[in-house]
Amino acid sequence: MKSRLLRSMLLGVAIAVASVAPAADAPAKPVLKAGVLSPVMPAPQLALGGTDGKPLNLAAYRGKVVLLAFGFSNCGEVCPITLATLAGARKKLGADGAGVQVVYVTVDPERDTEAQMKKYLASFDSTFIGGVGSRAEIDAAQKSYGISSKKNVNPDGSYTIGHSSSIYMIDRAGGLRAVMPYGHPVDDFVHDLKILLRT
Amino acid sequence: MKRRTWWFVAALPPLLALGWAGLAPIELSTRDKLFEIPKGTYARRRAGDLVDILPSRITLTIGLDDVLLLRNLDDVPQQFGPTILMPGQSFRLPFERESENRFECTAHSSGQMLVIVEAEPEWPWQKVRWRWHHWSQRG
Repeated sequence: MKSRLLRSMLLGVAIAVASVAPAADAPAKPVLKAGVLSPVMPAPQLALGGTDGKPLNLAAYRGKVVLLAFGFSNCGEVCPITLATLAGARKKLGADGAGVQVVYVTVDPERDTEAQMKKYLASFDSTFIGGVGSRAEIDAAQKSYGISSKKNVNPDGSYTIGHSSSIYMIDRAGGLRAVMPYGHPVDDFVHDLKILLRT
Repeated sequence: MKRRTWWFVAALPPLLALGWAGLAPIELSTRDKLFEIPKGTYARRRAGDLVDILPSRITLTIGLDDVLLLRNLDDVPQQFGPTILMPGQSFRLPFERESENRFECTAHSSGQMLVIVEAEPEWPWQKVRWRWHHWSQRG
């Protein structure tokens, strides 16, 4: 009787130990750090002016990976971090950084003139292009990408704007491939850009 | 068989199960946690139906089910957080850090979805707790 009990216990222990063995086929990690859209659809076009003095035409950047984001030059918190991150990613890519175009569209057309945006973006990276236009044109651009923004007026009459802060990744064929939420480090962008520049 | 032996035999299976739940690696077939916006969601909203189709709070676990997969099966675009999901399109968003994330979501009557990302369970009691929650949610 005792030996039968012992055998049962040993069998139980053997089963438990066998089940603790590491899994052979763990599910694969996602390829990109950003959120991926599938199927990929064409990125909505923007009817805006660019800080390079030309109409902002996303189709003109086919062959490059476009990082598109929305913000404003008086932003004290989110935009400087985003722009510094994107500049850092381009720099870290070295020569491959030339295949990346950052486009930053204002959500504050009342203050962000073409000259103001150009100066602001150049303080991060001289290759960055800003998107500017009338309130109606900016509203249309925001709507096409699902960008929300809200003006918060201070007691002294000055204001700031709360806005969506994700970065849209448009592939070399002009497809809206992925969306990187705010807060990812430079290395995450470098990781994804290397993949997008290869495909 | 002696009474003491019977007690021992009766206690062995639950002890083994508990040991397994605390020590065995957690294995899932996919890291995706799928949520679908069903066809007709927009029409229901327009008709004044405020029933939530998706949970307003989702918990993900790093290393296990740390990818939020949203699929829009509706006939109209739906907005989730930073992106617009066209009909038939899906959005696969991975998380790598513990965090609480609040997203705008047009599929919710409240217009908001909270995604909580928890650390991977390492200690046995954490694994038992995770399994318990996972199974109770499935049930």
